[in-house]
Amino acid sequence: MPNYTFSVNGKTVTVDAPADLPLLWALRDKLGVKGPKYGCGIDVCKACTSHLDGEKINPCVVPVSEAEGREVTTIEGLAQGDKLHPVQEAWLEQDVAQCGYCQPGQIMAAVALLKKTRNPTDAEIDEIENVCRCGTYFRIREAIRSAAAKM
Amino acid sequence: MASPPQSEPTRIGRRGFLTFLVAAPVLTVAADLATEAVAPGTANAVVPTLPAPADLTDLGDILILAGTPTANMLVLQVERDNRVHLQLPRAEVGQGLTTATAMLVAEELDVPLDQVVVTLSDARTELLFNQLTGGSNSIRSLYTPVRTAAATARARVVAAASERFGVPAAKLVTRGGAVHTADGRSAGYGELTAAAARSTLAIGEVRLKPEAQHNVVGTPTSRVDARAMVTGQQRYTLDLDVPGAMPTMVRRPPTINGTVRAITNEAAVRAMPGVLALAVVPTGVAVTAETFGQALDAKNALQVTWNGGTVDNLSDVDIRKQLHAAALPFVVPPLLTQYVDAEFDFAFVSHAPMETNSAIADVRGDSAEIWAGLKSPIVAKQTIAQAIGLPVDKVTVHVVQGGGSFGRRLFFDAALEAAQISKAMKRPVKLMWSRIDDMRHGRARAASHHKIRATFALGQVLTFEHRVASVETDFRHGLGEILTATAAHLPVAGNLSFAQTVFLTTVKSPYNFGVTTQLLNEVPLQMHTGSFRSVYSANTRGAEEMVVDLLAAKLGKDPVAFRREFLKTDRQRAVLDKVASAGNWGRAMPKGFAQGVAVHDEYKSCTACLVEIDARDPKAPRVVKAVIAADVGRPINPRGLQAQLLGGLTDAISTTLRAGLHIDKGLPLEGSYSQFHYARQKDTPTDVQIFVMPANGEPGGAGELGLPAAVGAIANAYTCATGTRPTSFPINFPVDFDPFPR
Ligand code: FES
Ligand code: FES
Repeated sequence: MPNYTFSVNGKTVTVDAPADLPLLWALRDKLGVKGPKYGCGIDVCKACTSHLDGEKINPCVVPVSEAEGREVTTIEGLAQGDKLHPVQEAWLEQDVAQCGYCQPGQIMAAVALLKKTRNPTDAEIDEIENVCRCGTYFRIREAIRSAAAKM
Repeated sequence: MASPPQSEPTRIGRRGFLTFLVAAPVLTVAADLATEAVAPGTANAVVPTLPAPADLTDLGDILILAGTPTANMLVLQVERDNRVHLQLPRAEVGQGLTTATAMLVAEELDVPLDQVVVTLSDARTELLFNQLTGGSNSIRSLYTPVRTAAATARARVVAAASERFGVPAAKLVTRGGAVHTADGRSAGYGELTAAAARSTLAIGEVRLKPEAQHNVVGTPTSRVDARAMVTGQQRYTLDLDVPGAMPTMVRRPPTINGTVRAITNEAAVRAMPGVLALAVVPTGVAVTAETFGQALDAKNALQVTWNGGTVDNLSDVDIRKQLHAAALPFVVPPLLTQYVDAEFDFAFVSHAPMETNSAIADVRGDSAEIWAGLKSPIVAKQTIAQAIGLPVDKVTVHVVQGGGSFGRRLFFDAALEAAQISKAMKRPVKLMWSRIDDMRHGRARAASHHKIRATFALGQVLTFEHRVASVETDFRHGLGEILTATAAHLPVAGNLSFAQTVFLTTVKSPYNFGVTTQLLNEVPLQMHTGSFRSVYSANTRGAEEMVVDLLAAKLGKDPVAFRREFLKTDRQRAVLDKVASAGNWGRAMPKGFAQGVAVHDEYKSCTACLVEIDARDPKAPRVVKAVIAADVGRPINPRGLQAQLLGGLTDAISTTLRAGLHIDKGLPLEGSYSQFHYARQKDTPTDVQIFVMPANGEPGGAGELGLPAAVGAIANAYTCATGTRPTSFPINFPVDFDPFPR
C-alpha cells in the first residue's frame, strides 16, 4: 500500500493506506484522531467537518491521497494548547452541546464561516448544513453571533 | 465498592430515604432510591373531568416504585484528593443528567461543582429495575436520594472535623469543599475522609439543606462535559480503544427482519484489501476490516441471497388502512349536541441519533465485556448472556456516554449483535451501523391514526373522545418487566397490554372537557418500533391541541382565552399567560404568517408554546420564532432544562413539517438526512425565548415535555397562516429523492 505524508494539527504523519481510503478513516482508524465523527459517510450530515489547508472539508468523501503534503486541521487542533479558539469559547458560553456528537463538525463549520465573513447574517448562518439531531440550532446561532462580536 | 452496607442505616429526609455507610478506606455512602407516588393537585372548574390514570400515578412514579426494594443504588465517595465521586446508575445521552446530579451533590456537600465527578455505572443486575433511563423519571427519582447521600457524607466529614478540632459540630461550617471553624482553622474533605469513614463515628441527625437556601440547584449552569465536547475529547463508543477490537459492519437484508440464505462471493470478499474476518449472524453478514472504510467497501461488495422478512409486502397504504380499521368507535353519537370530528395520521419517524447504533464486544470462551450507550443495561446484560451462552455474572456491560438517544438507546440491538459477531469471529469487534442501516433497520416511532370527537353546548365542552390506533410500540427493553413487577400499584386494570399501560399512564388531557376518554388500539406488525421522545404524547396531545383550536373557533373564542377558561390548573394557566404576553399573542402578522399556541401537561410538569410561522409558501414553511414557558415544579438546572425544551421544539418542527419515514414493501425508503428531513439550521427559528417558571414544588419530568405542545402550536400556526388544516403529518412529505438500493 502507498504511504501518504501530511500534517495533522501541526504534526507530520505518514499513513500506509489505499489511495481511495476516505481521509476520515485514515484519521480515526489509522491515526487515532477521534474528533471528526461519522454520521453518514456521504457528505450529508457534516459531522466529520474538518479543514484542509484552512478550507472546510468533509473527510468522509476526501480520499487520503488528496491530503498528501497538505495540512489537515481537526477539532483537536483548534485550541492553542489550553487556550481555546474564540468559537470554542462562545460554544461554552452558550452551553451549546447536548449529546455533543455533532459539535466538532458544527464548530469547524462555524470557524470556516467566520473566516469568510466576519459578521455573518442570519441567511449566511442558515447555510451551515451540519445536522444537529439534538436540535441545538438556536444556541449554535447565538454562539456564532457571540463569537463574531468578539473576534 | 460492591461491598455490602455495614452500619445501621441512617433515615433522613421527608420521605424517609435510607443511607448506608459502606465499609471502605475512604468515606463511601450509599443511598436507597425508595420514594412514593405523589398525587398532584386536581382541578375544579367548568364540567369537571375525572382524573385520568396519568393524573394519579404516572410513568415516572411507576419506575420509582419499581426501584423500592433496591437498596444501595447510588454510591457517593469522598476521595483523598478532595474530589467527590458519584456513580450514577443511569445513561447520559445528551440530556445533561450528569450535570444536574453533580449540582445536587455540590449543593448538599458545599463542594465546588468542578470537584464532583459523575460516572455512569456498569450494568448492575442487583439494581433490578432501577437502571432504566426513560419516562422522564431520572431527576424525579434521583432528586432526594442524591441529596440524601451527599447530606450524610457532609454530616460525617463535619463529625470527623469536630473530633479533630475539638469543636462541636454545630459550631462548624462547610464551604468550598472544606470544614471551617469560627477561629479560622479548616480541613479539606480529602483530609477528613478516612476518619469520616469510621463506622463508630457519631454523626447525630442528618438534615437536608432547606430548598430556600439552595444556591447551586436552580442556578443556570453549563454542562460539566461541555469542554470535552468542544475540544473533541468526549469519548463515545466508537472512540474507545479496546485492544484488538477492529472496525466491523454488517450487510443487512433488503426487508426488515430478513435473514441470510447464502453468500455467493465469500472468498472474493475475504480477499479484499484490509478484510480480517467475516461471519453470518442472525441479522446479516458481518465483516471486520482494518478500517471502517474497508469494512464498508467489503459489506457493499457482498453478494447475498436473503430469506424474507416479517413485513415484506407491507407499504404505507396498507398500514394506514389497517390503522384506520383499528381505531375504536366513539361512544357519544353526534346527536342533539353540536360537535367537531377530526382525524389525523402520523408517519413513522426515525430516532436517527447522530451517533449511529454502535457497540464494542469482546466475547471469550468464559466471559464477555461489552461497551455501548445503553439506557436499559441490565436487560441488555441478561439478554446478551443468554444469547452467547454465558452466565449473567460473566458478562460485564459498560455504559458509555451516547451521541443522542430520544428513546433509541432503550434498545440494545447493537450490543447484542456485536456480542454475537464477536462470538462467531472469536475476536473483539467494534461494530458501527451505517446511517442507511440505522434509518432503515433501526427503530422508529410507530405510525398512528387519530380520531377525535368533541361535543359542546351552551359554551361548554361536554365530551371529548380520542381514539388512537397505532402500530405496536415495542417495549421489550425492560419497561415491560417493570410494569409487571409494579402491576399492583398501577391505577389501571391488570390485563391491559404494556403499551396500553404506558399510554394510560402518560397521556392525559389538561382540560376540563367534560367526559374525556382517550383510548389506544394497537396493530401488531413485526417492525422495529420503539418509544420516541414523549412516547404517545407528541402525536396524541399534538392532535388534541389542534382540536382545541377548532373548538375555540366553533365557540367563537380566541385560542388563548379559550384555553385559559378550560385548563385545569393555575400552573397551566400561568405558563400559557407567560407565552401569550412574552410572545405578544394576537399581534398583527403579514399575509402568510401566523401565530399558534398550545399547552401540554405531563410528568408533573406543564408547558406552553407559542410559535410564529412563515408559510407564505405552504410547501416550504419555516417556524421563525418560538416562545416557550415551562413549569417543572423545581428546576435543578434551568439552563439544561432550556436545552431540553429547545430540543423538543426542533423535534416538533421536524416531525410536524417534513421529517418522517415512508415504508415501501417492508423497508423504510429513507436512508440519509438528505431524505429523512430532520431540521437543519435553515429550518429553525432565529428567535427563541424559553422561560423557566420559578420553583414551586417537587421536580417534575423535563426531557420529553417540550415536544407535544410545540407540535400543536406549529400545526395551529400553519392552519391559521394557510387557511388549510393539515390532517397528515409530516405536512410536506413527498418522496423527493432516489432511494438507496436495498
Ligand atoms: S460523515 Fe461526513 S458528512 Fe456525514
Ligand atoms: S448535540 Fe447531539 S447531535 Fe448535536
